[in-house]
Amino acid sequence: MSETAVEVRSVSKHFGQGDHTIRALDDVSVTIGKGEFFTLLGPSGCGKTTLLRLIAGFESPTSGAIHLEGQDITDLPPNKRPVNTVFQSYALFPHLTVAQNVGFGLEMLGRPKAEVKATAERMLALVKLEALAGRKVSQLSGGQQQRVALARALAPQPKVLLLDEPLSALDLKLRKEMQIELKRLQHETGITFIFVTHDQEEALTMSDRIAVMSTGHIRQIGAPREIYTRPTSRFVADFIGETNFLTVEARGGAADLGAGTRIETAKTGRVTLAVRPEHVRLTPAGAAGALPATVTNAVYFGTDMHVYLTLQDGTEVVARQQTQADPSAEPAPGQTVGVTFAPGAVQLLED
Amino acid sequence: MTKRPFSVARLPGFTGTAIAVFLALYLPIVILVVYSFNKGNSVAVWQGLSLDWYAKAWANTAVKEATVRSLIIAVSAALISTAAATMAALGTTRRKAFKGQTFIYVMINQPLMVPEIVTAVALLIFFAWIKVTTGIQGLGYLIAAHSAFCIPFAYLPIRARLEGMDLSLETAAADLYASPWATFRRVTLPLLAPGIIAGAMLAFVISLDDVVITEFVKSGGQDTLPTFMLGQLRRQLTPEINAISSVLLLLTVLLLTAFFLLTKRQDH
Amino acid sequence: MHSLEERANNRSARNGWFLSTPALVILTFAAVGPLFIMLVYSFLEAGQYGNVEWAFSTDGWVATLFTRDIFDDTVSLADAHLTIFWRSVKLSLLTTALTFAVGFPTAWFIATRPPKARALWLFLITIPFWTNLLIRTFAINEIIRTEGVLNTVLKKLGLIETPLQIIYTDTAVLIGMTYVYLPLMVLPLFAAIDRFDMRLLEACYDLYASRWRALTRVIVPIVKPGIVAGSILVFIPSLGAYVTPRILGGGKNMMIGNFIELQFGQGRNWPLGAALSVVLLVIVATALLFYVRAVNREVRHD
Repeated sequence: MSETAVEVRSVSKHFGQGDHTIRALDDVSVTIGKGEFFTLLGPSGCGKTTLLRLIAGFESPTSGAIHLEGQDITDLPPNKRPVNTVFQSYALFPHLTVAQNVGFGLEMLGRPKAEVKATAERMLALVKLEALAGRKVSQLSGGQQQRVALARALAPQPKVLLLDEPLSALDLKLRKEMQIELKRLQHETGITFIFVTHDQEEALTMSDRIAVMSTGHIRQIGAPREIYTRPTSRFVADFIGETNFLTVEARGGAADLGAGTRIETAKTGRVTLAVRPEHVRLTPAGAAGALPATVTNAVYFGTDMHVYLTLQDGTEVVARQQTQADPSAEPAPGQTVGVTFAPGAVQLLED
Repeated sequence: MTKRPFSVARLPGFTGTAIAVFLALYLPIVILVVYSFNKGNSVAVWQGLSLDWYAKAWANTAVKEATVRSLIIAVSAALISTAAATMAALGTTRRKAFKGQTFIYVMINQPLMVPEIVTAVALLIFFAWIKVTTGIQGLGYLIAAHSAFCIPFAYLPIRARLEGMDLSLETAAADLYASPWATFRRVTLPLLAPGIIAGAMLAFVISLDDVVITEFVKSGGQDTLPTFMLGQLRRQLTPEINAISSVLLLLTVLLLTAFFLLTKRQDH
Repeated sequence: MHSLEERANNRSARNGWFLSTPALVILTFAAVGPLFIMLVYSFLEAGQYGNVEWAFSTDGWVATLFTRDIFDDTVSLADAHLTIFWRSVKLSLLTTALTFAVGFPTAWFIATRPPKARALWLFLITIPFWTNLLIRTFAINEIIRTEGVLNTVLKKLGLIETPLQIIYTDTAVLIGMTYVYLPLMVLPLFAAIDRFDMRLLEACYDLYASRWRALTRVIVPIVKPGIVAGSILVFIPSLGAYVTPRILGGGKNMMIGNFIELQFGQGRNWPLGAALSVVLLVIVATALLFYVRAVNREVRHD
């Protein structure tokens, strides 16, 4: 992160008053670098769209400030901010043609007609829609509308492009195509992208960095791999992928899980550890250093299977295993097995 | 014998009643129009086809004057009420509920709730008092009265259109550097236009059709087409009235068809 | 920073009032304001040649129900007035009942057509709705007049010797009002039936209901808001009807509307006319209040 594009400084946003106050954002701070593909990820109602709308200027924060390339833009109206949005509903103007939609921003900036026209054409070429310039937007398919919305937001060459769940209305195949397309566009234009989604897979594939949000707070910021492998909170571990939670007693500077797994920690008392199902390994019953467990269920789904286990203390654990050529070699309900964890796979949670 | 297939929505006798209702609704109107082409001067006995009564109505100075007056009032009332209603619709929709909003709603819809005869009497009293105190005469009173009761009719389609409008379009315009005024002129107004035209058309029809309020507010020699017709009913009935009615009817149907096409197209 | 939002909200409210001002001014001047002046006039003395004398008097109000004998000044109930009130209420209720009886099957019929045909049928019911009330009353008049189409046809067919006297009776007014106000009943009924989920009827028949039981136990309770709305929409203009009773009822079969007009014409009793208008307004307001409460109750039930 060389230079800063957007800096959000302890921003809070409350809706309503008195007892009905909803804290959509509660003292959120985040710094987004120039040229980054930054994703706000979280369940609906976590505040990610509110944060995006605050950066766009559609809402003003209850407290805090927003800076764009070092300049305070908190009190600037949206039409004065060099930031453009791709709306979830696309919000294309139905009374204008595709080209007029794409040229709208530049026209409003007072650019000469020829430039507006040329840029609109260039942008449409960029999203491969040059043939549809004269169409009305109502004549386009969902995927095409999406591309027009992108071209329209990119045309004024904003410093930051905001994308509010832009792929949610597309079907799976189109969505995969657009994910690649978006990465390509970001690479070609070099513009900072701030992308909002509730789809963890989308976030993991596309982002340089992800901010995981819930109930108006940012829970963790990091690169996709870091977020997935090193979740710091129960929420992040649970929201992204599947996770087993194990509770153990920490004493003497470490939490000992048994099975040869010790995590160093300064904490004492009960702590929670997280481990992904694919990092849970099964051994024959009674193997040295393994925790004894009983198989309660085994669910087959093609290449993999989920094995549901109960440890001696009653904790339930799921293991993800590759399926075998010989089904009789796979664990069956009622069977007693041993459980170990891949080295370095167990993560201590802060909460 | 074929048995009708079971249909959940069918209720015995309903279809028959409905068909009878439609016949009863249209038969009198059709007969009225048919007799406007009657040769003789009866409105019940057919004596052959002619356009005499249309010619007669056309040549009638009183009819012509009433028609012109009706049109002047209806056009003025439609313009004034639509302008006021458009502003009010913009002021009362798509914003945070504010103090007094309910009051504004009640005021705007008031003409729909108060019986026409009551408004007519109140206007008669009020305008008579103004006329006596100021000595001002003229069509202004009728135009003012019509503008007032046309406001809710113009307001409804405009408001419906505004509420159906995607708010994110204006947000998008602001995002694309349009100033509030540019947003209004380039995005809001063009999208609102069908609603405004529909509202103006309804206001025009409502004004053109008004009898009661006009009858009470008009001064001598200020007959509109409907009050002229009401006056004629006291005399010998001739198909001339049918001819005038048919023309008014045609005008209403044409405007309504246009209105429906206009409001329907917005669904796409 | 909090004040930024508050400022925006205040601005929004100010803009709301500002934009509504032209409409409010027109309505105050030519619709709402005059109602208050009318109330004032109802407490003044009647002028000899119409209009009023500016002196306080309750004569207008007293005259709504009582007459003062010109010879001995005794006050007695005005039977003629009571007859007019009773006729107005009776005819309005009957009109409401009749429009419902024929309007419900009509609305049901429209709502159960396939979508394209439905739009057409709906349009057909809307045309009379927007057509000049005078023309429609006039059309009915031509049918039921003594020398009208109905009598002419019946005589030609040899079914009657002397023409039926329908015109200038209460029946004529009832027929006329049912005819002109029917669309006001059908449209809200249609709106309610259109929202009705036909799968509920499948459930009815699945659970052994007869068509009649399905109608009374399921359809009518669910579309009740539409029934209430339609009834109010028909009842209120019926009560204040002026054109229809004037044309079809003649001079004798007056309703409140015509009685009010009389006070500003031959009656030359403006205060009485104003008082009667206030009474009518209060009745209508009560009916509307009843309607609003009924609707609110339905909303709470949902």
